[in-house]
Amino acid sequence: MLTGLSALLSHWARHRVQAALLLIGLALATALWTGVQAINAEARASYDRAASALSQDRLPRLVAGRITLADYVALRRAGWPVSPVIEGEATIGGHPLRLIGIEPLTLPPGAAAAGDPGDFLTGGVILSAEPLDDPRARRADLPLGTALTDIGVAAGLLGPDISYLLLTEDRAPPPGYALIHPSTTDLSQLTESFHLNLAAFGYLAFGVGLFIVHSAIGLAFEQRRAMFRTLRALGLSARALTGLLLAELLVFALVAGAAGVALGWLIAAALLPDVAATLRGLYGAGVGSELTLRPVWWLSGLGIAVLGMLASAGQSLWRLWRLPPLTPAQPRAWARESARAMRGQALAGALLLGGAAGLLAVPGLWPGFGVLAGLLLGGAALLPMLMAWLTRVGQRLSRGPVAQWFWADTRQQLPGLSLALMALLLALAANIGVGTMVGSFRSTFTAWIDQRLAADLYVEAADEADAARLLDWLGPGATALPMIRTTDGGTEVVGMVDHPLFRRAWPLLRALPDPWARLDAGDVFVNEQMALRRGLSPGDRVEQGVVAGIYADYGNPMPQVILSFDRHRALYPLPVLRYALITDIPAAAIRAAFPRLVVEDRAAIRRASVAVFERTFAVTAALNVLTLGVAALAMFASLLTLSALRLPQIAPVWAMGLGRGRLAQLEFLRTLALAALVCGLALPLGLALAWVLLAVVNVEAFGWRLPMLLFPGDWLRLGMLSLLAAGLAAALPVRRLARMAPGALLKVFAHER
Amino acid sequence: MLSLTDVCKGYATSEGRVAVLDGVSLSLAAGETLALTGESGSGKSTLLHLCAGLDAPDSGRIEVAGRPMGRSDAERAALRRGTVGLVFQQFNLIPSLDVAANLAFQARLAGRLDPRWLADLVAALDLDPLMARYPEELSGGQQQRVAIGRTLAVRPALVLADEPTGNLDEASGDRVMALMLRLVAETGTALLMVTHSPRLAAALDRRVHLRGGRLTC
Repeated sequence: MLTGLSALLSHWARHRVQAALLLIGLALATALWTGVQAINAEARASYDRAASALSQDRLPRLVAGRITLADYVALRRAGWPVSPVIEGEATIGGHPLRLIGIEPLTLPPGAAAAGDPGDFLTGGVILSAEPLDDPRARRADLPLGTALTDIGVAAGLLGPDISYLLLTEDRAPPPGYALIHPSTTDLSQLTESFHLNLAAFGYLAFGVGLFIVHSAIGLAFEQRRAMFRTLRALGLSARALTGLLLAELLVFALVAGAAGVALGWLIAAALLPDVAATLRGLYGAGVGSELTLRPVWWLSGLGIAVLGMLASAGQSLWRLWRLPPLTPAQPRAWARESARAMRGQALAGALLLGGAAGLLAVPGLWPGFGVLAGLLLGGAALLPMLMAWLTRVGQRLSRGPVAQWFWADTRQQLPGLSLALMALLLALAANIGVGTMVGSFRSTFTAWIDQRLAADLYVEAADEADAARLLDWLGPGATALPMIRTTDGGTEVVGMVDHPLFRRAWPLLRALPDPWARLDAGDVFVNEQMALRRGLSPGDRVEQGVVAGIYADYGNPMPQVILSFDRHRALYPLPVLRYALITDIPAAAIRAAFPRLVVEDRAAIRRASVAVFERTFAVTAALNVLTLGVAALAMFASLLTLSALRLPQIAPVWAMGLGRGRLAQLEFLRTLALAALVCGLALPLGLALAWVLLAVVNVEAFGWRLPMLLFPGDWLRLGMLSLLAAGLAAALPVRRLARMAPGALLKVFAHER
Repeated sequence: MLSLTDVCKGYATSEGRVAVLDGVSLSLAAGETLALTGESGSGKSTLLHLCAGLDAPDSGRIEVAGRPMGRSDAERAALRRGTVGLVFQQFNLIPSLDVAANLAFQARLAGRLDPRWLADLVAALDLDPLMARYPEELSGGQQQRVAIGRTLAVRPALVLADEPTGNLDEASGDRVMALMLRLVAETGTALLMVTHSPRLAAALDRRVHLRGGRLTC
């Protein structure tokens, strides 16, 4: 048995590049998959922490313009089951934190935060996820950026006024108070589409990487076919031979898997800060930028490497199992069998595309991703057939014998190259699709935010007294438009005054006639995501009133309702702290006069918003580039391994008078032509992907529908990049051919005997 | 038509340099046919490859059609395109082209396609019913007929054949051989053929034997 194994392994000693490609392919595939898994696992762990530690966020709240200690005591004496919370921004031990002060004794059971209530009462402890440079601080399993303490400590830091009262029983609010319902959605629901998007990219990159593995294994099996036949003839059973090959593959999978997990860790560590910033900016989710090494994660990384290896080698192992001991060695049987399978594959591709078209009729995010998968896999499966047809057209259109041979020979090579070409098609289509989606989103978003940020300055006061002083200070030369917002039952509720500035800044996508007058009269506007999720049209009714208009609200994952300012004040008697200012007074002058005021100018907010947007797609862009890199490597692997099989096809042409230099030029040109054809076919597929992303996935995931814009400059750049990648992939095999000693080509004829 | 003067060729092996051809001299006139025989490994194919310009000698002089063999790959490739035609044991047709394209390939490459001559060859070799087929759809004898047609289509001055019937059964081999000899005679082409078969060698004008890197008659 060991003799058999050493014979099998001797192949790799003589084909080290092939062994390296197999390991690199599987390691890269595993790395991209595990990298994405690590990021998602880290984020989900943060959401779980947030959900378990801050369960008081799930209780209804009573709010009012101002709640004092006396108000709270009065309610308790009147029998109201309320518990006070003081909440605000504070800097503790150098960390800016959301500080929540609770009253442990009145907090209902089950809503208690992390830690023993006794700690709060005796030590004035401040619990936080981060290590704080403060003697009162203690580490706890809390969401990042949040600190929890006793209400007394919070009052000392934030002031004595109570922010809101937790109502521990569901009942109507007392007079003078508004009831705000807790959100029914948690962070993991809100961010599901974001993580699904990342996971889809992880699987795409994994699939593209497996093309390299499949290609390398297929070739290694084919090259060893004569050896297998000999081993069988010498008495090794099919079972033993298959077992030995399985053991060999398992060793490869574990080595590549370990390397892939390590590489995945590095990728995740590099991408996590951007992902964390995106999740914070887009969803307000606190996710740490440091990775935790979880056994489940690295074990699943090794597991997926083994599974990937078995999936890639399955067909070859099955063929070996069925190989009669005296089957003649056929070096090109693998390619011929692939060519025969082309028609069946094309049929499967057409069925997948048909299935994807059918899934368009099914609403939901998962069917949306199903359409994407169907498009990608169907397009890839159809590629060899389309390429064969295109090369046939090329042959028919060419006149010279070399050109005709060029196209005919290219078609002959398709079975051996098709996996690499499919990998390239997937990577290019994903790039075009995601690029178009991001580009369309960017153009729409920047135009929208320029319109939305119509005021000169945006200010937020610490309390109403500060706000009042500001309004006095500004005088009649400035216009201050109050802005008020609260969250009720998972819906943002905004109060808005009717002013030309807001009319300009809130263009309506669809509306009833005279919508702003209707808003003043008690109707509401809803954002596009709320309208889409709940199937609302102008004229429909929601809890707050009749929908008079629907507006675009890009970047906001929450449903939002706009009421008239006065109605909002009546429903939610909250302090008015935020204002949009139309003024010539510079921000610096206001900051100097009111140091406690948060003052932001239009440009700063725009910069911050665009930065959040760019970060959101930084990870996608990085994964895009990595996937393209893996596809280029798949092409290199195929060209390098095929170059050894090419000699019997090239040698006769060389013998007939086509020099090695010319043949090398033609080989190079062939690779570029194949890459160019794949680029041409990737364009419609990529645009179809973009359409699905914009019209189906985005609508389902975020609730906004964007116009699809085209960016031919980007396609050209991507096309040049893929030609460059193909050229680089072809460079080594072509250089080998150009410098090949005549003796190597003569061996083809010498081997005839 | 072909002249070799004191040609030497050797190969480096793990046990040092091995001389395959050791001062070989040979000449072949236009229209003459010559059989080159020898045991396996005696250097027959090496000699043929040198005559075709597929490889370069270590020393000595080779002339084809009165012109010395060029040193550069491009010069030797040009020679193969027009002046010299090769017929291989394994046929070496281009698998991606059909029979019609294979037949015309070398002549078109040399810029010498004569459709009338090609049609004559097709008729003589009885290839008409096979024109749309691909090499993998042909028998060995059919493939060799196509290979001979491809070589003669260019009207070469010299045909170099390396065991052209080595892969065929005796009856097919005889048929192919008879055809090739007839066409060579009709066109006045010189033929140097490597063969193991004394019977085939006897059908040619002359015969030389290669042993120990030297030619004997």
